[in-house]
Amino acid sequence: MIELHGDFSNSVILGIQPRGVSFSERIQRKLQDILQKEVKIGYLDVTFFRDDFRRKDNPLKANATKVPFLIEDKNVILVDDVLYTGRTIRAAMDAMTAFGRPRKVELLVLVDRKYSRDLPIQPNYIGVEVDCLESEKVLVELKEEGLKDDNIWLINKT
Amino acid sequence: MQHLSVKHLLGIKDLTREDINLILDTAENFKEVINRPIKKVPSLRDITIANIFFENSTRTRLSFELAEKRLSADVINFSSSSSSVKKGETLLDTVNNILAMKVDMIVMRHSSVGSPHYLSKHIKAKIVNAGDGTHEHPTQALLDAFTIKEKFGHVEGKKVCIFGDILHSRVALSNIFALQKLGAEVMVCGPITLLPKYIKDLNVKVELDLRKALEWCDVANVLRIQLERQTIKYFPSLREYSLYYGINKSLLDSLNKEIMIMHPGPINRGVELSSDVADSHHSVILNQVENGVAVRMAVLYLLAGATE
Repeated sequence: MIELHGDFSNSVILGIQPRGVSFSERIQRKLQDILQKEVKIGYLDVTFFRDDFRRKDNPLKANATKVPFLIEDKNVILVDDVLYTGRTIRAAMDAMTAFGRPRKVELLVLVDRKYSRDLPIQPNYIGVEVDCLESEKVLVELKEEGLKDDNIWLINKT
Repeated sequence: MQHLSVKHLLGIKDLTREDINLILDTAENFKEVINRPIKKVPSLRDITIANIFFENSTRTRLSFELAEKRLSADVINFSSSSSSVKKGETLLDTVNNILAMKVDMIVMRHSSVGSPHYLSKHIKAKIVNAGDGTHEHPTQALLDAFTIKEKFGHVEGKKVCIFGDILHSRVALSNIFALQKLGAEVMVCGPITLLPKYIKDLNVKVELDLRKALEWCDVANVLRIQLERQTIKYFPSLREYSLYYGINKSLLDSLNKEIMIMHPGPINRGVELSSDVADSHHSVILNQVENGVAVRMAVLYLLAGATE
């Protein structure tokens, strides 16, 4: 990321609510340690932009959007924990346009569930790639959420 | 996943505390949306909403229409003064004709108590009550609660007094239900002729003296005298009413505390509120109007999102 974004003076991080937030904050901290300067971060809630509204029994509960800057002409790095069907990222790209027209948008995910995409979306930066069945669920636990250790679990949906 | 326990918003009486909190939380998200440079979200893209108003309204109708448009819904408006209602069509026929044009939701204001409840039993579309006679005005109560919560962080334990024409006010009844469900203490204050006879059964305090009521409360929700609903004289003159029950700056200054002043509009300046109060820092009247759009977006979003 640093190779591509330099000192991040024209780049911002957008963590996707709710699960991408703690992870994006950790990325921000790491970058700030290395660069010794501030890296801008915002939180994006995509609930109102989803394409499954009225297709589920009940609407999803929204979370706070906090984007305290305009992304006009900025390089945006979207951050989420797990990339699965790609529909959340599509909604995020839609939601993002309310804050300006970015120069470039990239996607960073901790876990990429391969071969499960409904839409033509590929991440630029990947933590781990996993191969798993439709019946399985990837669960990410981070220390920031008050847990002892960082863990990535592959569990059966029940 | 949280959802509302009701299919229609007919009145606050039918809602649970969890429902109200869900609406207020969602409204907070929408308030952020309407303060963005681009204020629109695509959630209700494939939904058509009819606003049918059998009674005059500026604020509520504009607020609903804006809320609907910011959610990307298609909107049709109807007001009885320019319609076939004048030719003798019944309410149910009028609404069924509108629904035949494939409308998903109805926002209705009507002068008869219970008309949205009656409609909800006969049609399939979702109904939002925008005021039925002297009964309920649920979205107003929700936006009032939202405004109190926004200012103080919570509604629980707050002392709220509703002033004025309680007898003819749907805002008062909806507010009493909403505030009590959220754990606030409620008082009503007004001339005895404008207080409903059995108001005490709702567990509200009753006070006839304006000054004592102001000394008790944290929030004053001041209502308009609804002259259009008064078929008999309830008090000798407006001038006398404003002498006994009008809130002015010198009265507020003589109290040893800050009171938040709310008013559902339209204000009769110089009657229930003097101009120096309505335009002072005590007043959150314009915040209420702004919050009204966010709260109505939340209500429409949550109702439209629930499938059968």
